[in-house]
Amino acid sequence: MLRTLSRVSELPIIVKQLQKVRNCKAAVAVTNKTLVTVTNTNQQQHTKQANSSSNNSNNYSINRNNKYNNHWTTQQQQLKNHLRFDSRRSYSSSFFGLFQNAAQSGVAKTNNYATEATVQVNRPFKLHRLEEGPETTVKLTKDEALKYYTQMQTIRRIETAAGNLYKEKIIRGFCHLYSGQEACAVGMKAAMRDVDNIISAYRVHGWTYLMGVPPLGVLGELTGVQSGCARGKGGSMHMYSPNFFGGNGIVGAQVPLGTGVALACKYKGNGGMCLALYGDGAANQGQVFEAYNMAYLWKLPVIFVCENNNYGMGTSSERASCNTDYYTRGDALPGIWVDGMDVLAVRSATEFAIKYVNEQGPLVMETNTYRYSGHSMSDPGTSYRTREEIQEVRQKRDPITSFKELCIELGLITTDEVKAIDLKVRKEVDEATALAKGGTELALSHLWTDVYSNCLEPKLRGTNGYNIDHIQERKGVNH
Amino acid sequence: MPPDLCDKIIIMKVSSLARGLFSAIKSNAASSTRSHFTYYPTKFSPGTRDVQKMNMFQAINNAMDQALEQDSSALLFGEDVGFGGVFRCSVNLRDKYGKDRVFNTPLCEQGIAGFAIGVANTGATAIAEIQFADYIFPSFDQIVNEAAKYRYRSGGLFDCGSLTFRVPCGAVGHGALYHSQSPEAYFAHTPGLRVVIPRGPIKAKGLLLACIRDANPCIMFEPKTLYRAAVEDVPTEAYAEDLGKCDILREGKDVTLVGWGTQVHVLLEVADLAKKQLDIDCEVIDLVSILPWDTQTICNSVNKTGRVLIAHEAPFTQGFGSEMAAYIQEKCFLRLEAPVKRVTGWDTPFPHVFEPFYLPDKHRCLAALKEIINY
Repeated sequence: MLRTLSRVSELPIIVKQLQKVRNCKAAVAVTNKTLVTVTNTNQQQHTKQANSSSNNSNNYSINRNNKYNNHWTTQQQQLKNHLRFDSRRSYSSSFFGLFQNAAQSGVAKTNNYATEATVQVNRPFKLHRLEEGPETTVKLTKDEALKYYTQMQTIRRIETAAGNLYKEKIIRGFCHLYSGQEACAVGMKAAMRDVDNIISAYRVHGWTYLMGVPPLGVLGELTGVQSGCARGKGGSMHMYSPNFFGGNGIVGAQVPLGTGVALACKYKGNGGMCLALYGDGAANQGQVFEAYNMAYLWKLPVIFVCENNNYGMGTSSERASCNTDYYTRGDALPGIWVDGMDVLAVRSATEFAIKYVNEQGPLVMETNTYRYSGHSMSDPGTSYRTREEIQEVRQKRDPITSFKELCIELGLITTDEVKAIDLKVRKEVDEATALAKGGTELALSHLWTDVYSNCLEPKLRGTNGYNIDHIQERKGVNH
Repeated sequence: MPPDLCDKIIIMKVSSLARGLFSAIKSNAASSTRSHFTYYPTKFSPGTRDVQKMNMFQAINNAMDQALEQDSSALLFGEDVGFGGVFRCSVNLRDKYGKDRVFNTPLCEQGIAGFAIGVANTGATAIAEIQFADYIFPSFDQIVNEAAKYRYRSGGLFDCGSLTFRVPCGAVGHGALYHSQSPEAYFAHTPGLRVVIPRGPIKAKGLLLACIRDANPCIMFEPKTLYRAAVEDVPTEAYAEDLGKCDILREGKDVTLVGWGTQVHVLLEVADLAKKQLDIDCEVIDLVSILPWDTQTICNSVNKTGRVLIAHEAPFTQGFGSEMAAYIQEKCFLRLEAPVKRVTGWDTPFPHVFEPFYLPDKHRCLAALKEIINY
């Protein structure tokens, strides 16, 4: 309790309050708690076994085997146990939070940082036709924490930069921003192996970055310059990279495509799978159900992921879908509902899903998420939902902020490191933006590029005064 | 723009010049924001008819308002039509006629088309909107295999004649691959359908009402770039244009220029340039109806001038111009002074960055015109 010396005057009040709490256990048994255990390689283990009886259970029992170096009195030890039990991260601003932070920082003071932590996911998974679900207790290392935070922050910065460029009319056409949904992409990518594939719809700037295209590739493609990943010929919706099949403008068309990719993985026997992403609007397309059926019959390693952000353009999902439990829409296919704002939950669910589809058959996953901006840049996003709703999600459920707070609380990263990452990301994206603004577009000679392989027509038909030859610029990555 | 000045074209030119200057002052990237065409409103003498200045989406809105009013079985549905539609064509209609007549569908074009065909089969009037022409392909099967063939295959017992599809189409400046396509050629290849494309508000209102009243399944492709750009004085009463008839917008003796939708305005500008630069008298025809197309008027015109240029945004190979060219050379062979010339989009997917090179703009059309004049 060395840290609380500053609050020593409050100590008597605090102790009295906690005595009351200790006597009344019911007050402490609040639903939806996060139990945190910090393991530390330098010190003796402060362990607490937390048991959750099932995925859907909200009751936690404490195992009172405390094997740590005890400098404190029995009473304070018991208080500390209660605090361990009660250490939910959202309480950090409350009364209990004072004491909790003090307690934890008391622990943290004895170690400079933690390198690994075990976390319980915030909201439980919902399962459809599955007995066992993904792990609710996940491990997080410092490196992973830094990586996920950097990735999410980069995606957010890229999207903000794209939005600004659009308002300056440097990007034209269509621009669908992923702000608010970063945890879905980062979580899924974290669980993907090199051999896995992914295909999505049009809200793919984040995925493009995660699948290996640098920010300049993304922003350059949006502005239509040569440094873009499709040389400026595709624009916002058509970005690709090895194992990332895009980038599709027609809603729902990518789902059977993804199923086909999974068939190829199974056929080639490379152990890979395919994530086929679509939204709550696309979930009503007929071809999605055709894909479900084929995948189930042939036991294809495909994970159908519905990124449910509650609005299909301007229509809320209740008004568009008879069944808004998109994870059950696969009917015979099992399904998992995941909180899409929690990157660790998404990762855990995806790991489970990858294992499941490689062994048993296809699976539907619904990641419940939210997008802050409108459907595209021409949609303000406020005519079908209130500003208060957007603000509420931004404040309470933002994926980046909540992940940051979690990591800081766990002692995995410090606020200084966070600031350093923020600055670095901002610098990188600003540089990319400047280059994307100043780049040059492809020349006219590239008009007739990559329409065919081995084009049999010598010249582009109908041209007057131009000799435009068909150029095959890139060899496909799928060979 | 005062409506009572006699030569509207001069007014339009002056105002377009002013607009161009204004937009050049307003924006840095002037060349990318200016569209490739200049709008030429249709000269229309109202006489005793009551007119109101409307742009194209307002005219379409007016047409649907009148259709829903006159026909109590009429339904309007599609993606997002309830709040007014992404192009504001169905504004206020849900408030006026109720949610059971104007309603949203989920995201399923095949479902929309199939559903519309079913509604029309019972005799109720169905006005189905496909949000962009690029999305019509999931419903292609329903339209081609069901709607077009219903009357024929049932021996006249059933038909979905009271069916109209409204489909925004065409290049808009920044649409890229999936918001700019012109698929009229695919549907022209299907007997049983009627396909029309308006060039402005007056035509749009008349054609839409004609399609709704017509006892055949109709598709109206609306050039989306004209929704706001095209402003005309539109008669407020309900009137229907004739289907299957084209419009001769300008008489001439040297060469016939044929186009539809936005391309008509490009060709009108080309005709002006040809008159000014080459002293060529062009006859400009808006085809209006793609299926069936007015072969009589076109062939009469070609027989008169001996040279014809067809322009459309859709790709070259198997675009609708190819059907016209084949027919014209067959019927007017001896009168032709030069081969039938087509100026169209290229045989590539509609590009993102290369749109200015892709579209058959006035420069390409003028160059092609020079070629056939000097043949």
